Amino acid sequence: MGDNRNVASEFMRGITKDNPTFGLVLGLCPTLAVTTSVENGIGMAAGTIFVLVGSNLLVSVMRNEIPDSVRIPIELIVIATFVSIVDMVMEAFTPAIYAALGVYIPLIVVNCIVIGRAEAYALKNGVFYSLIDGLGVGTGFLLMLMLIGGIRELLGTGGIKLFGIQLVDFVSMLGYNPIGMMTLSPGAFLTIAVLMAIVNYNRILKALRGA
Amino acid sequence: MADASIFAVLMDGIFLKNFLVVQFLGLCSFVGVTKDVKSASGMSGAVIFVITMSAFVSYFLYTYILLPLRLEYLTTIAFIIVIAALVQLVEFIVRKFMPPLYRSLGIYLPLISTNCAVLGAVLLNVMNEYDFIQSVTFGIAAGLGYTVAMLIMASIRERSNVLYVPKAVGRGVTYAFFIALIMSMSFANYFKVIPL
Repeated sequence: MGDNRNVASEFMRGITKDNPTFGLVLGLCPTLAVTTSVENGIGMAAGTIFVLVGSNLLVSVMRNEIPDSVRIPIELIVIATFVSIVDMVMEAFTPAIYAALGVYIPLIVVNCIVIGRAEAYALKNGVFYSLIDGLGVGTGFLLMLMLIGGIRELLGTGGIKLFGIQLVDFVSMLGYNPIGMMTLSPGAFLTIAVLMAIVNYNRILKALRGA
Repeated sequence: MADASIFAVLMDGIFLKNFLVVQFLGLCSFVGVTKDVKSASGMSGAVIFVITMSAFVSYFLYTYILLPLRLEYLTTIAFIIVIAALVQLVEFIVRKFMPPLYRSLGIYLPLISTNCAVLGAVLLNVMNEYDFIQSVTFGIAAGLGYTVAMLIMASIRERSNVLYVPKAVGRGVTYAFFIALIMSMSFANYFKVIPL
């Protein structure tokens, strides 16, 4: 590949321009459903990163062999295989997170981010850059899940608990009264709507300054 | 076997566990195809049909093939292939016998195979250990719940075209999420007053 891409910029693209939540607006179901706490968000993102990197690699390796007409079924089967691996590994080693994520683990199969990257990137690019792209977009997804999970957990329960360690506790520190709604489904819509509005606001400001 | 009555399963699927606003399944189409009522209703019709068919087929596949052969670990792969094949089949049939319906559903049909709502419904059927009647009822209820939420959302978006909206919210995805917030509150809480 003799173009001017480099590894760092390809990786950062997944976090900034091709950010799954605010750039591509893909994979919204898990973004909203599992972000009741930071811990669940990290578990979900870890599973998704594994599937994303694995499927990007495998699709990229086979990209010259896959006939165009059946590429989507092939991609789906590759992704479903990796999802089954994640499903079984999580059930065996992290049963608590597996129970909290429930049906959303097998649903990584239909996460638009994974098939979107396989379709838009891995089919056209070499193995190494597909790996970097998978890692970059996966990291962007992880950061978004942690951000949304963090906001919802902080407002909804008054503190952030990570792998059994209480990091912040507003309830005892400030006498904060938790808003229970934030950990339920309306809280998810509220969080993402406000975050998107802030992102849009910044974009408009930037465009105004540029003009 | 779960011993929930048919009515309880039906109400669960339509309101209490509404796929779009409570369980967040199928959100892509919820914000993507709700700009006008016509495309929202076309999409909903296709989803009802595919979810019901998938619930029907996946029950037999799981109970009579995967369970006896101890192939539970293949559930995800088997279901996604069944759904993809089913969507393709539905597309062929509708195109051959109902050309007007095919033209109105058009691009939405192939999109359904990657809609989380369909796979979610059949996986939840397995997780809740529903029997045959309950599985199919839950499939229909999930489809109806999807339709109700899609139509409310599309109507609100269509009617509120003349309202003033701040520029940062706009008319796109962000706006849809603010409407979804209000709908989600009413769906999750209002129907709790109905004793099941």
